[in-house]
Amino acid sequence: MTHIIDRRFDSKNKSSVNRSRFLKRFNTLIKKAVGEVINRSGIKDLDDEKKISIPGREIAEPRFSHGSGGVRDLIHTGNDRFTVGEELDRPQGGGEGMGSHASPDGEGLDNFVFTLTREEFLEIFFEDLALPNLVKRHLAQIVDHRRRRAGYTQTGVPANMNLPRTMRGAAGRRVAVGGSHHAKVRDLEFQLEHLLRERNEEDPEVKRIRKEITLHRARLGEMPFIDSFDLRYNYHVRIPQPSTQAVMFCLLDVSGSMDEEKKNTAKRFFALLYLFLTRNYERIEVVFIRHHTSAEEVDEDVFFHSRETGGTIVSSALKLMRKIIETRYPSSLWNIYGAQASDGDNWQEDSPVCSKLLDQHLIPLLQYFAYIEIAAQPQNLWEEYQKVQTAHPGVFAVQRIANHKDIYPVFHELFRKRV
Amino acid sequence: MARKSHDPLPTGSEWSFESIEDYDAEIGRAAKHFGLDCYPHQLEIISAEQMMDAYASIGMPVNYHHWSFGKHFLATENRYRRGQMGLAYEIVINSNPCIAYLMEENTLTMQALVIAHAAYGHNSFFKGNHLFVQWTSADAIIDYLVFARNYIAECEERYGQEAVEQLLDACHALMNLGVDRYKRAPQLSLAKERSRQKERADYLQSQVNHLWRTVPAKSEKGTSATVQRFPKEPEENLLYFLEKNAPLLEPWHREVIRIVRKIAQYFHPQRQTQVMNEGWATFWHYTILNHLYDEGLLSDGFMFEFLHSHTNVVQQPPYNSQYYSGVNPYALGFALWRDLRRICEHPTDEDRQWFPELAGSDWRETLFMAMNNYKDESFIAQYLSPKLMRDFRLFAVLDDDDRPKLRINAIHDERGYRDLRQLLADHYNLGSREPNIQVWNVDLRGDRSLTLRYFSYQRRPLAEDYESVLEYLAYLWGFTVRLEEQTSAGAIKLLAEKKAQKPIGSQA
Repeated sequence: MTHIIDRRFDSKNKSSVNRSRFLKRFNTLIKKAVGEVINRSGIKDLDDEKKISIPGREIAEPRFSHGSGGVRDLIHTGNDRFTVGEELDRPQGGGEGMGSHASPDGEGLDNFVFTLTREEFLEIFFEDLALPNLVKRHLAQIVDHRRRRAGYTQTGVPANMNLPRTMRGAAGRRVAVGGSHHAKVRDLEFQLEHLLRERNEEDPEVKRIRKEITLHRARLGEMPFIDSFDLRYNYHVRIPQPSTQAVMFCLLDVSGSMDEEKKNTAKRFFALLYLFLTRNYERIEVVFIRHHTSAEEVDEDVFFHSRETGGTIVSSALKLMRKIIETRYPSSLWNIYGAQASDGDNWQEDSPVCSKLLDQHLIPLLQYFAYIEIAAQPQNLWEEYQKVQTAHPGVFAVQRIANHKDIYPVFHELFRKRV
Repeated sequence: MARKSHDPLPTGSEWSFESIEDYDAEIGRAAKHFGLDCYPHQLEIISAEQMMDAYASIGMPVNYHHWSFGKHFLATENRYRRGQMGLAYEIVINSNPCIAYLMEENTLTMQALVIAHAAYGHNSFFKGNHLFVQWTSADAIIDYLVFARNYIAECEERYGQEAVEQLLDACHALMNLGVDRYKRAPQLSLAKERSRQKERADYLQSQVNHLWRTVPAKSEKGTSATVQRFPKEPEENLLYFLEKNAPLLEPWHREVIRIVRKIAQYFHPQRQTQVMNEGWATFWHYTILNHLYDEGLLSDGFMFEFLHSHTNVVQQPPYNSQYYSGVNPYALGFALWRDLRRICEHPTDEDRQWFPELAGSDWRETLFMAMNNYKDESFIAQYLSPKLMRDFRLFAVLDDDDRPKLRINAIHDERGYRDLRQLLADHYNLGSREPNIQVWNVDLRGDRSLTLRYFSYQRRPLAEDYESVLEYLAYLWGFTVRLEEQTSAGAIKLLAEKKAQKPIGSQA
């Protein structure tokens, strides 16, 4: 007899162990590939599944096999013009037509291409990265409350009444209190039945029993169906919940010296930071501030795409940032991150103002502030910010990016797990 | 609501468990009618993802864990998702009971095709062909794989995943040299396997120690001219040799090598009978379903869909087509079996001349005899008829790297038939398709180095990655290993030498 077995609902991911072993084994290669993907993609499509390509040579499983060369007799089908003894040129490149060397599984050995899920991708990408001061700060300062059920109580508002519990209690009480009366009634009725076989209704004993039965019945009748004693209400407690909301300020210099290329680099950096924050916080808001000599808050599209020219006064952006924090994002409720990108070519007199502003007003409000300078040589802002960094290690960081290949390493450096 | 026998079978493209049962019963009846002898079978309905899982673990329902299976899975998944490949309609496992997978996405017609193809065609081949009977243990393979998976998992727990992975990497690299080609492998049995494992571990260790303990008797006045080699005869099964003789291995290392070796051995017959086996299964699904159609059980719609898939499978594009990738084993196999039946039933004069003892014989007897006793190489050498060579328009090209041009050596004409047949048969000879590498010598008295010898055939060189394979070998052997090449003329040259950088057992 044949058995038909439906296996469709068995576990699907038999290969997941093997898959993760593969990812683990070639972690370094894959990480490198992930870095390349990041450098290539735009801000929006970082969220999809990722196609990864690593060199096939590195992951090949070597075997003893014949290489090309020597003498071979090849058999082909579909002869349409050849006769014995005919000589012909070797086909170019092999593979086509005479097909002497198509690899056995038809798979090119140059690159091994596969797809990572979003989770795997981000996992690998943000491995060994951590947000500075994440836990310490928000546990200490940012506390929200959440209601959670915590059993039942005897007092409460009618809206919270729990009916099943209440009815269950009532039934129990009725059994407990009425039980002896019920037993008594059953007992007496049994006696009465016996008596009535021999005696009539007028018998004093029968009358006594009847009276007693009525008494117990009355007692039972007086028992309330639901007593206030039975009522049960759902009970909730408020438990403290660290807030997991964050706001990220992107400060971009759009002065004349920032060309498209530099802006692109900055954009990628912001994208990474955004992605990274989304993995750590439930809710995240982004504020875009762009500035040249004056600063304004804009939406994402304008932020990245519109063109501006003019000089540079960085402090204008910082001032705006401070104002926005004060009006909209009280630092007791928000984790605040700042990222600033500029070519560092600030108006000479403004740089000290910037560092003072950061030092005294902004940094106390912030979890972290990262400044990236997109320039080959340090500019005047760089020097000022170095001082701030020394004063606030762990909260303030500056890094320089020469071109967009550096983004990943710099990002890595900024958020490296510090044990 | 049982279907009465000889009612037409259910139609439509949606399958249900009842309709699959009906089809299976009728196909089974037809198979019996033709005299197919099969293991009992088990049909398992699976989803596409599960099919990919099965692909990744070389088709087996259980297997040990290794990254290379994960790599395989990712590659399959990627190609499938991009629509570059469809999944095979079926996977069938040579076990008793024989397990055939039916994919959920298949239509009813495809399910019937797969049942006839796998559950009766392949199944009877597994049960009947001498290679499978002798070399694989259908009764024990699943149990053995369970044992292997658990054993390897246990090793991972005890010795660390990394150590086991490294060992498996090395074993996999040598896997195609891990089979006995000529000796018969002993039958597998789970119970025996377990009870003997401990015994074997102790015994093996003592054997190995014995081998290496032998202190050479001081030979007087210079060593004798003929130093005896070890092993005395070259050994073709490299993994076997390592399992028994490698000096530094611990018992569990040897057990893992044995597991890889056993699995390689299990698959060996499949590689030797691809054309025959696929052809046989295709021939029978074709014959059985046509038989049912003749009985009036199948609708025309069913037959159209069935023939459409069937012809796709047995298509043979010509050499100059963009779809050409060599001789299609399904096409060749199917044609061979059909032609064999034709020779029995309707022989021409040519057939009488070429196959005097076949022409006019009982076709079933002849086919079963061939199925039982041949493998691809001998099957083609024996049964490829001139008519078939003409049908396929076969031609042989000599590719000699000493000549500036390719040469057409034989075509499908009177002068070429025998040559063509021999060359095609040789193409399926695993012995010439895979490099012939044997364990040649171990320097027992000196530095314990191991020498392999590659017996080259028709001046074919080894593919470049032999160096990395050799590294794995050095890792397992623990001492220096060498690879020599011996040409057909007898000249010997050293191809590579590898010192054991970090031999097995030396913990980092």
